[in-house]
Amino acid sequence: MKNLETYCKKTWCPGCGNFGILTALEQAVASLMNNGINKENLVIVSGIGCHAKIVDYLNLNTFYSLHGRPIASAEGIKLGNPNLNVIVCAGDGDAYDEGISHLIHSAKRNINITVLIHNNRTFALTTGQFTSTSPYGFKGKSTPNGSIEKPLNPLKLMLASNAMFIARGYSAETEHLKNLIIKAVNYQGFSFIDILQPCMSFTPEAYQFYNKRVYKLKNKNLTSKEYALKKIEEWEYDKDTPKIPIGIFYKRNQNSYGKILLKNLEK
Amino acid sequence: MEKNNYQLKIKNDFSILIGGGAGQGSRKAGNIIAKLFSELGYRIFIYNDYQSLIKGGHNFSNIRVCSKPVLSHTKKINFLLALNKETIDKHQRDLTQDGIIIYNNEEIKIKNKKALGIAVNSIIKQVDGIPMMNNIALVAGLSKIIGIKWNLLKKVLKLEFKKEQNLNLKVAKLSYKKNKKIFEIKKLNQKKNPLITGNEAVALGAVKAGLKFYFAYPMTPATGILHYLSQNEKKFKIGVVQLENEIAVVNAAIGAAYTGARTMVGTSGGGFALMTEGLSLAAQSENPLVIVESQRMSPATGVPTYNAQGDLSFVSAAGHGDIVRFVIAPGDAEEALFWSGKILNLSWKFQTPSILLIDKEISESVFSVDKNILNKVHYEKPLLWNKKEEYKRYKITKNGISPLAFPGEKGVISKSNSYEHDEFGITVEDEKKVKEMQDKRLRKFKEMEKEVNKLEAIKIYGNKKSKKAIITWGSVKGPAKEAAEKLNIKMIQIIIIQPFPEKKVKKALENVENLIVIEENALGQLGKILNCHSIEFNHKILKYNSRPLLPCEIERKIKKIK
Repeated sequence: MKNLETYCKKTWCPGCGNFGILTALEQAVASLMNNGINKENLVIVSGIGCHAKIVDYLNLNTFYSLHGRPIASAEGIKLGNPNLNVIVCAGDGDAYDEGISHLIHSAKRNINITVLIHNNRTFALTTGQFTSTSPYGFKGKSTPNGSIEKPLNPLKLMLASNAMFIARGYSAETEHLKNLIIKAVNYQGFSFIDILQPCMSFTPEAYQFYNKRVYKLKNKNLTSKEYALKKIEEWEYDKDTPKIPIGIFYKRNQNSYGKILLKNLEK
Repeated sequence: MEKNNYQLKIKNDFSILIGGGAGQGSRKAGNIIAKLFSELGYRIFIYNDYQSLIKGGHNFSNIRVCSKPVLSHTKKINFLLALNKETIDKHQRDLTQDGIIIYNNEEIKIKNKKALGIAVNSIIKQVDGIPMMNNIALVAGLSKIIGIKWNLLKKVLKLEFKKEQNLNLKVAKLSYKKNKKIFEIKKLNQKKNPLITGNEAVALGAVKAGLKFYFAYPMTPATGILHYLSQNEKKFKIGVVQLENEIAVVNAAIGAAYTGARTMVGTSGGGFALMTEGLSLAAQSENPLVIVESQRMSPATGVPTYNAQGDLSFVSAAGHGDIVRFVIAPGDAEEALFWSGKILNLSWKFQTPSILLIDKEISESVFSVDKNILNKVHYEKPLLWNKKEEYKRYKITKNGISPLAFPGEKGVISKSNSYEHDEFGITVEDEKKVKEMQDKRLRKFKEMEKEVNKLEAIKIYGNKKSKKAIITWGSVKGPAKEAAEKLNIKMIQIIIIQPFPEKKVKKALENVENLIVIEENALGQLGKILNCHSIEFNHKILKYNSRPLLPCEIERKIKKIK
């Protein structure tokens, strides 16, 4: 993986879930390159937050966007050059708080990009405030008495937004995550993976929490919205749950936005 | 038909006003009238006045017809075409001595000896037409009265109506037949100029300079650019994309520019406010970005369909951090076309955000433009990577401009970064490297200043030796130029406002003793910029009731200044 890395020193906390995501992404990229995708045709776009440092560590075309805006940047990149494979790395603060409108609309639009959410369920780089996916009662610096908001289930949001590729991964399951990323990039349309990512500084208990509950979906009927919803609702991103499924929840094929746009122009 | 003993003494500069409720077709009729006179070689300016509603209210178009180019409308009108009674009530006081009201005498009852009624309902009924066609009955009546030949009217109507063409022609023919000619309009011995709105001009200029994508969220008065480009998407071979909000718009445009595609976005003040974080990103990541900001009366929602020049201070300073951007303010459609192309090239040459600052008066008015202006716009190639050494997106160079290369090119790793970065594009925080990159951008800003000196950043009109001078910008050019020429004084129009062409302006002011700043805002925003460059002025004329300045208004106010 050496040629995929830069001289930039990694500054994530020891044990950070981002390391697992970086490894899975590098392995996925290496595999994609072995299977005919040219290195120069890959672009990684990030938002702002701990996750986003990933672009500094990757020796690839990258676009270090603004907080909340990486999906909007990525849409422009994909439209600008449809031959590029565009992968967005965004944080939960980026995609579920600041820039949630872009997430919803890019799913609705079905633009051919892959969105990976490094979901540590906290604003970590700003030293630990609650985000849209923090559990009810989350004690952060802005909610010393516990958050009084219930979390958002991003997978449900994606299903409601007509996303056609909806998956969840776990940063500690790198091999599984790598395969999810490969499938998502190869998918022709908007693909979405929410990645559970423990934060050693602000949610260190998350490893234990996830390790106990995470299990791999064996979903054979990927086109059923009802089944997807049932599985998605097994965990509402709050504290109490016996099981957290990871894997692909929903996958359907439909012409992507860019494809339709280009076709219209050729008419 | 009523009595017909009208005397017409119109010369080579006259005005026609057509008004009605929204949805009654006054704008369409106005465009047809303009085309008729344009075909005869006249120069046209149409001021379109409408409210923020879809049906009802009071809309009107004031069509000025002149043998010479004109850039603003006048208060006095020679013909008043009324689709409803309100139009007569509101505008009959502006009629000239021999002015004529043309109206539907089966809908409107008035006692005015200047009025000439047409039995519009009967005409439409007779040919089985639809009530919407009342505007065509009035246009045909006017055409006959003023001596426009039937064949010309027919030709223009055929081009205007693809649907219901025959019915419209029947209505027109009957109305034409029923009216009497009382004047013989002269055909002018000069080539006809096409009629376009400022918004269309902006679109055409950008396309000529290589536009590939237009991103927008609808906002009056810039929406016309979005409409015109989407209607011509295939012809121009560009992508036109409407996104969920202006934040998405600006970020997608920057993303597309990162891949080498020339992009433009368009909005008004409120949408621009949302785009400012993106403007800052374009500056820091050195991605080219052109924002068309068509001003309307602000603050906030303001007076959405009316005019102002109140965003100059805002666009000049927008974006967090130390940023120099091009702010270019064309004064009419021809300039909008030229500078729209130029600003796209400048943005790519200097890898910088730029603002093309126009307003409702330019965006939505119709102008006769000289076709040759298109020949002055070209695609200008930006500085590209030489493909020899390792590619560094932010290579430190003498003039601060780093060569461009794009993802997808073999051997290229292009890292664009919103953080401060090193030459390769990797985030840095150490003090030496931070300063080094800011210094690179400062050198680039210097080059931008030098570039302004090479361009026609200001224009001078009127009596160039006069010690009394007007200084203005944007759409005020039209009325100010006309007033200055009439008063035989000097007029200076500033087109490039940032980087400010200080040397050029100071040179133009060398012999001026009495300087009057004219703007359509309440705080005198250009005046403040002049002061920042130690240019003092003696008087200011500010209009901020959301309606454009007229030549006669400026003339009157200047006459009062000793």
